[in-house]
Amino acid sequence: MTVHGDADRLRIEGLLRERGESILKRWTDLAAGAGGGHADRALLDGRLREIFQALSRSLEGGDATDLRGLLADLSRGLAREGFAPSDTALVVFSLKEAVYEAVEADEDFALLRGYVWFSKFVDDLGLFTFETYVTFREKIISGQAEQLLELSTPVVKLWEGILAVPLVGTLDSARTQVVMEKLLQGLVDTGAEHAVIDITGVPAVDTEVAQHLLKTVMAARLMGAECVVSGIRPQIAQTIVALGIQFGDIVTKASLADALAYALRRSGVQVTQGTDRRVVVGMEGA
Amino acid sequence: MERVPILKLDDVLIVSIQIDLEDQGVLALQEDLAEAVVESAARGVIIDITAVEIVDSFIGRMLSTIASISRVLDAETIVAGMRPAVAITLVELGLSLGGVRTALNLEKGVALLEDRYDAGVAPVPR
Repeated sequence: MTVHGDADRLRIEGLLRERGESILKRWTDLAAGAGGGHADRALLDGRLREIFQALSRSLEGGDATDLRGLLADLSRGLAREGFAPSDTALVVFSLKEAVYEAVEADEDFALLRGYVWFSKFVDDLGLFTFETYVTFREKIISGQAEQLLELSTPVVKLWEGILAVPLVGTLDSARTQVVMEKLLQGLVDTGAEHAVIDITGVPAVDTEVAQHLLKTVMAARLMGAECVVSGIRPQIAQTIVALGIQFGDIVTKASLADALAYALRRSGVQVTQGTDRRVVVGMEGA
Repeated sequence: MERVPILKLDDVLIVSIQIDLEDQGVLALQEDLAEAVVESAARGVIIDITAVEIVDSFIGRMLSTIASISRVLDAETIVAGMRPAVAITLVELGLSLGGVRTALNLEKGVALLEDRYDAGVAPVPR
């Protein structure tokens, strides 16, 4: 910044100091109209006041950490309340308008030049809130993706020695890895010798997904457990054949019930239909 | 060089690998095992790898080779107690251990061999 520019900058700082209250009031009015219209007015006022004070401090002292922290708070707060990032930016940009009105009233050319510098400064702040908003959102999204990965792969025990993994959603490498690890750990923990991988909730099976399934079955087999793949819908069966995917000697069943019956038979459990189909309700001796 | 002990339980040989095997050790184990199978006329070999945390393709092939050798000598090989991480590694390496039967743990491995005997001809008591 040139000496000339510094002088202009000092003028703006002086203006902000002298007419701070009126500029701040005008700013809160404009901001409420621009973006924060639906926000809690008192809360917005408080926030803008803090930001304005931090702004004045940073102009004098040159340290903008405080200011950026407050702006980040504002951005996050508005994002949580469901505002678009442009709303937050507009709130910040309306400060320019408030200051300009003050500059206009004071017909001074040097002040106007200072205003151009100030305008750039506020633009940077606006962009900063935008950035904060985006990083905040991205954090939410990645957190949700992680949760989804955790949630969507339960390993359930169907019977003594029989585990099931109901898969829901598209299978990709990352998810298959999680499924594989969870299933194999489940086999170790429970000592189960049979596992059913149910793909009823998998929307499409392509060569890649089939490859992933095969790998899982192979790994389970290496550990001494047999896997049955169940829940193959008619369209998926057609796709599998059309793609020429070979499931080899892996047992496949149409429904989870069939797979359970098969696994029970293999583990030596006999299921018989009771001859007495009456359901007895009530207490013993009643 | 550390040698892996081979234990005999009735007509089953049990090998529990508890050290990180070097290639030399693997070859020695193959030789020892072949001799032990002939000597004891074993019907089954159980290799317990519960303690093995890291495998490479050489050890993967070793398991297959031992199984093949044992089969020639009329003994069935069972690999017991493979860890999930090891299983995943072997699958990623493209090794499916053809001809090797697997069991979740030593107990189930022994049970598996006994099932075999029950189904077939019982061994002559000695």
